[in-house]
Amino acid sequence: MYSGASNFVSATDTAFVVVIGISVIFLVGITLTMLWFVYRYNKKRNPVATQIHGSNTLEVVWTVIPTILVLVMFFYGWAGYSPMRNAPENAMKIRANARMWSWLFEYENGIKTDTLYVPLDKAVALDLISLDVIHSLYIPAFRVKEDMVPGKTNKMWFIAQKAGNYELFCTEYCGLSHSYMFTEVKVLPQPEFDVWYARMADTTLQKEAAKIPGVRGRQIVQTNGCLACHSADGSKLIGPTFKGIYGHTVVVNTDGREREIVVDDEYITRSIYEPDSDVVKGYTKGMMISYKQQLNDADIAEIIEYLKTLK
Amino acid sequence: MEEQTEHKYLPNYLEYRGKYKGLAGWLTTTDHKRIGLLYFYSMMVFFLAGVVMGILMKLELISPGEQIMGAQVYNGLFTLHGLTMIFLFVIPGVAAVYGNFFLPILIGAKDVSFPRLNLMSWYLYIIGAIVVLTSQFMGDGPPDTGWTFYAPYSLKTQTNVVAAVTGAFILGFSSILTGLNFIVTMHRLRAPGMGWLRMPLFAWALYGTGWIQLLATPIVGITFLMVIAERLLGIGFFDPAIGGDPILYQHLFWIYSHPAVYIMILPAMGAITEIIPTFARKTIFGYTAIVISSMAIAFVGYFVWGHHMFTSGMSSTSRWVFSLLTFLVAIPSAIKVFNWTATLYKGSINIKTPFLWAICFIFVFMIGGFSGLVLGSLATDIHVHDTAFVVAHFHYIVFGGTGFAFFAALHYWYPKMFAKVYNPKIANLGLFIFFVGFNLLYFPMFYLGMIGMPRRYYDYLPMFHNANILSTIGSWIMATGLLIVIINLVRARRGTGKEVNDPWDGKTLEWTIASPPIVENFEEIPVVDHGPYEY
Repeated sequence: MYSGASNFVSATDTAFVVVIGISVIFLVGITLTMLWFVYRYNKKRNPVATQIHGSNTLEVVWTVIPTILVLVMFFYGWAGYSPMRNAPENAMKIRANARMWSWLFEYENGIKTDTLYVPLDKAVALDLISLDVIHSLYIPAFRVKEDMVPGKTNKMWFIAQKAGNYELFCTEYCGLSHSYMFTEVKVLPQPEFDVWYARMADTTLQKEAAKIPGVRGRQIVQTNGCLACHSADGSKLIGPTFKGIYGHTVVVNTDGREREIVVDDEYITRSIYEPDSDVVKGYTKGMMISYKQQLNDADIAEIIEYLKTLK
Repeated sequence: MEEQTEHKYLPNYLEYRGKYKGLAGWLTTTDHKRIGLLYFYSMMVFFLAGVVMGILMKLELISPGEQIMGAQVYNGLFTLHGLTMIFLFVIPGVAAVYGNFFLPILIGAKDVSFPRLNLMSWYLYIIGAIVVLTSQFMGDGPPDTGWTFYAPYSLKTQTNVVAAVTGAFILGFSSILTGLNFIVTMHRLRAPGMGWLRMPLFAWALYGTGWIQLLATPIVGITFLMVIAERLLGIGFFDPAIGGDPILYQHLFWIYSHPAVYIMILPAMGAITEIIPTFARKTIFGYTAIVISSMAIAFVGYFVWGHHMFTSGMSSTSRWVFSLLTFLVAIPSAIKVFNWTATLYKGSINIKTPFLWAICFIFVFMIGGFSGLVLGSLATDIHVHDTAFVVAHFHYIVFGGTGFAFFAALHYWYPKMFAKVYNPKIANLGLFIFFVGFNLLYFPMFYLGMIGMPRRYYDYLPMFHNANILSTIGSWIMATGLLIVIINLVRARRGTGKEVNDPWDGKTLEWTIASPPIVENFEEIPVVDHGPYEY
């Protein structure tokens, strides 16, 4: 495992050592005692048992000692956890959005990414938002995890202490592609982070890139997690693939009736705003949320440009 | 039975013929022993089906990527595996089979207090099971929510959640009525002279369990009705999109489902407490301490449900309070382990199959319990919550605990139930292979959780591959051991065998009567003038 990747690692790992250490001592001790008794007081070696009904002293001893030990374990667990609840005031704020089955991180300067970028040695506080069902944001290397509950904003914070890339998983079961709902945390030294942060926010650069047809659309598709369900290479996921879909004729299910429809600008717009209205045959209704809150007509026009490039 | 033919001939419960014969006789029986066997056979069918599902899941996980099934099938499979194992096997578990069969005998009664209600409980169990299983074949496909039915996913998924939840609701009544029946039986039907503190400890464990069944189950019943109302009528209890609170669902669900863990494990501990003194040829160490610990588990067990929700966004205060209470509920379980071990001290230990199962039970149960401490402690739980570590933990408790105790009890009481003797060497060999496979299957999951593999994962990153291979191989070894154990018992049942009334030289009342027991257990209700384990 990674050591010291965040400010919570050492206290959490100390709690692990205390709890598991005491447990292993007891497990081994009791098991060996038991085996010794089975050997020593086997009926061949000890034909007649001595009847002992109990001992109040022993009962008190093996009630009090474990009670003290579990209180010690409780303390270490609490001590490691308690700081996780109090983010410092000056922490950098990032809004983490989860939806089936992808991530979107929004930074204070307005940029959006599907990978979490954080600066080294700086407190980062996440607002955890879910757009549909319960998800849970888990960064094993940092020892942090908190559920993302729709209708509620949970909090998480940490200081990344080692540059590098770390896994970020969803740990609350959220349906079909739960096990594919992962991304990375990229921890960059502050200067590198600042360069990245400024470059991403630089609108002239963005505009430059956007001149190439489909580039802006691809960014929108990536940051909104569309590719979690719609592949760009023709493989079948939860939703129809984007490859070659534009201009293609598909059979859709409209209120229980099947009809043929050409995938044009109007159909794509409707599918993004009201995903359940015309579902392509062979796919399930109710799998996609409406993106009316996240995307506008201009974004959709860019997406359509992108789809046109996927022949 | 030659010696019995000297007095009037009393038919045993297997050959007794009431109003109906054959299968109809079994399906209309009110004999607690026959009802125990009805549960036994139906539960074994569900258990083996659940094992097959588990093996298929492990096979899928042997390597990253798709092996034998797609993600939707896998998600349906772990849901059905959980539903089957939890609601159809371990919750009725040791209590429904051995509680029904032996509780009246252990306290010197002819039957439970309400024999017809007892039969009805079994029918509710079967109806509930059928309704749960229809969810697989009707509606829009098998439920894919996990057995926990967490909202709002369970409200949004198109799959057939309503049928599964309705089935679980019906099963709840079976559990409530069995608990009620046992409590009343112990209050009203103890033999003359059998004071509360002369009751065998298995009976005490069932007493604690009965109160949990009675008081906790209605909460999950109501919760399931709320899910049904929300899905069918759109009443916003849990989905925030229509004004509900998903955290409320988790509270309601775990207020039942945590005590339910004690419904599963208390009778199992009770069965182990019967086995240990019999084979140590020695009275139980600390009878009163074990009674108190059973009742303490039943009581404190109500107040720890929040430890399933440390990452849910519950207030910081409730998190540490629930953590503290969780650590306290560990104490009574530890007391039991210490008393079992102390019972072996200066005993005259007769190493037989049921005893070996009991020792293996204590070992795997300790691993389950100690890993529970990791989950009760806040900082460590944050890291391993909802990972493979949790899956390992509860399989060590529920399968390692209840499952091992179920087979320990089966090997212990088998000669009494069927008056047949199984081959002890094959039984021990089966246990050995099962034990090795069990640990190889579940122990690597602790490691997987520690390095961060989330649970309910259809597919995984290559970093999790090696331990998953071990785990899958473990599942094959465990299944082999299980198969040997079961075939050995089936062969014994069919074989001629010897009829023995007291093969282990036990002291509790079931060993004083004939094998198999006669219809109303005792020719004459015994008068009890000493404790249960007087050697």
